[in-house]
Amino acid sequence: MHIRYSLAPLAMSALFASPAFSASLGVNIEVPRLNTSEYHRPYVATWIERADNTAAGTLAVWYDVRTKTNNPEGEGTKWLKDMRQWWRRAGRDLSVPIDGVTGATRPAGKHQLNFTEGSAPMPQLAPGSYKLVVEAAREAGGREVVSIPFQWPPTSASQPSAAGKEELGEITLDLKP
Amino acid sequence: MTSFFLRAAALAAAFSAIAPLAQAHNAWLLPSTTVFSKADTVTVDAAVSNDLFVANHAPLRLDGLQITAPDGTSLKPENEAKLKFRNVFDLALAQAGTYRIAVINGGAFASWKDKATGQTRRARGTPETIARDIPTDAQDVTITQSSGRIETFVTVGKPSALKPTGQGLELIPTGSPTDLVKGEKASFTLHLDGQPAKDLEVTVTAGNTQYRDKLEELKVKTDDAGQFSVTWPNAGMYWLDVSTRDNKTTVPQAKERRLSYAATLEVMP
Repeated sequence: MHIRYSLAPLAMSALFASPAFSASLGVNIEVPRLNTSEYHRPYVATWIERADNTAAGTLAVWYDVRTKTNNPEGEGTKWLKDMRQWWRRAGRDLSVPIDGVTGATRPAGKHQLNFTEGSAPMPQLAPGSYKLVVEAAREAGGREVVSIPFQWPPTSASQPSAAGKEELGEITLDLKP
Repeated sequence: MTSFFLRAAALAAAFSAIAPLAQAHNAWLLPSTTVFSKADTVTVDAAVSNDLFVANHAPLRLDGLQITAPDGTSLKPENEAKLKFRNVFDLALAQAGTYRIAVINGGAFASWKDKATGQTRRARGTPETIARDIPTDAQDVTITQSSGRIETFVTVGKPSALKPTGQGLELIPTGSPTDLVKGEKASFTLHLDGQPAKDLEVTVTAGNTQYRDKLEELKVKTDDAGQFSVTWPNAGMYWLDVSTRDNKTTVPQAKERRLSYAATLEVMP
């Protein structure tokens, strides 16, 4: 009896090994309030890049996902390529919409996204150097890319951040071991 | 004086007859954009002009237009219009992958002395028909063959590999010709009839030449494997051209073959 009980937690942890030891990653993206006569919410892509600039995984894509003209992929697919860096490194290999990744554009303000390693859309990451990349492109506006380097897996909790100048506000990464 | 001007005029006429595109003016195709994220329509301008890419001289004839879809099938343009300074057409892009839009010019030019009058006569035609235009009693017959390709590329979604044609001068990109970014180095191989074309000078000129004082063209030589690379100094549309001549003619009487290649490439910021 004693042996059986002491083994159970071990067996359980082996079964759920990956979630139990998975680190998590939070991303806070600020869409800035812009004083402009013609404003459209930006299209924003958020993804993780490896040290060699290849994409490890797309975390979020905000675009016009309405289907008013019966386009199941969303109205905005024509302009996904305007998030040029994401399109070249990851977007053109994907097929939208993607559950848990694509979603409607967001208004000005701060938006919190949380991901757990190994749980879609965040992939399992081999230990190493990575970058979180956020790219915004706005109709009748500009385009901006902000990236934050980080080490994976995180050894301690930290909140590195970076800020855009025009199309993106403050981007904060929340790393939890 | 008079005879000098007449000679100069005759020379100019001869050049324009022999190589109407290769000399002096740039022939180009200009797609509205080269990267698409969904099935869409590209609109393309086709013109011959000195300024890149300003249609201010002559339209580019579309008789030799060949459009190849990613799956290798041929496509027809839509809404073709012949304008004074440019020809335009639309192309529906239904499939994902890379499309090749090319204008192929194959021709032959002949000059000879008329037996009766001793005057120089000229004719233009195709390699198949040029012999018919020359009288059997013509003297000093010179036939020159020409082979030119003017092309551009557009991609829907993920780029796909292009199948080389193996004919004439041809650009074989390493990677995709629609995947060019400012500051990055792009590598290409130049082929002549499917073989590496070594030691040829390739000229790369950025568009908007009307807004700068110098052409600022990049000149690069192909190496022994026909390879060359370009590091893009700025974003924009670029015109790449190269020409050469050899004696591999398909017209029996022709001594020389003139080959030219031009591509319009888009570089992203």
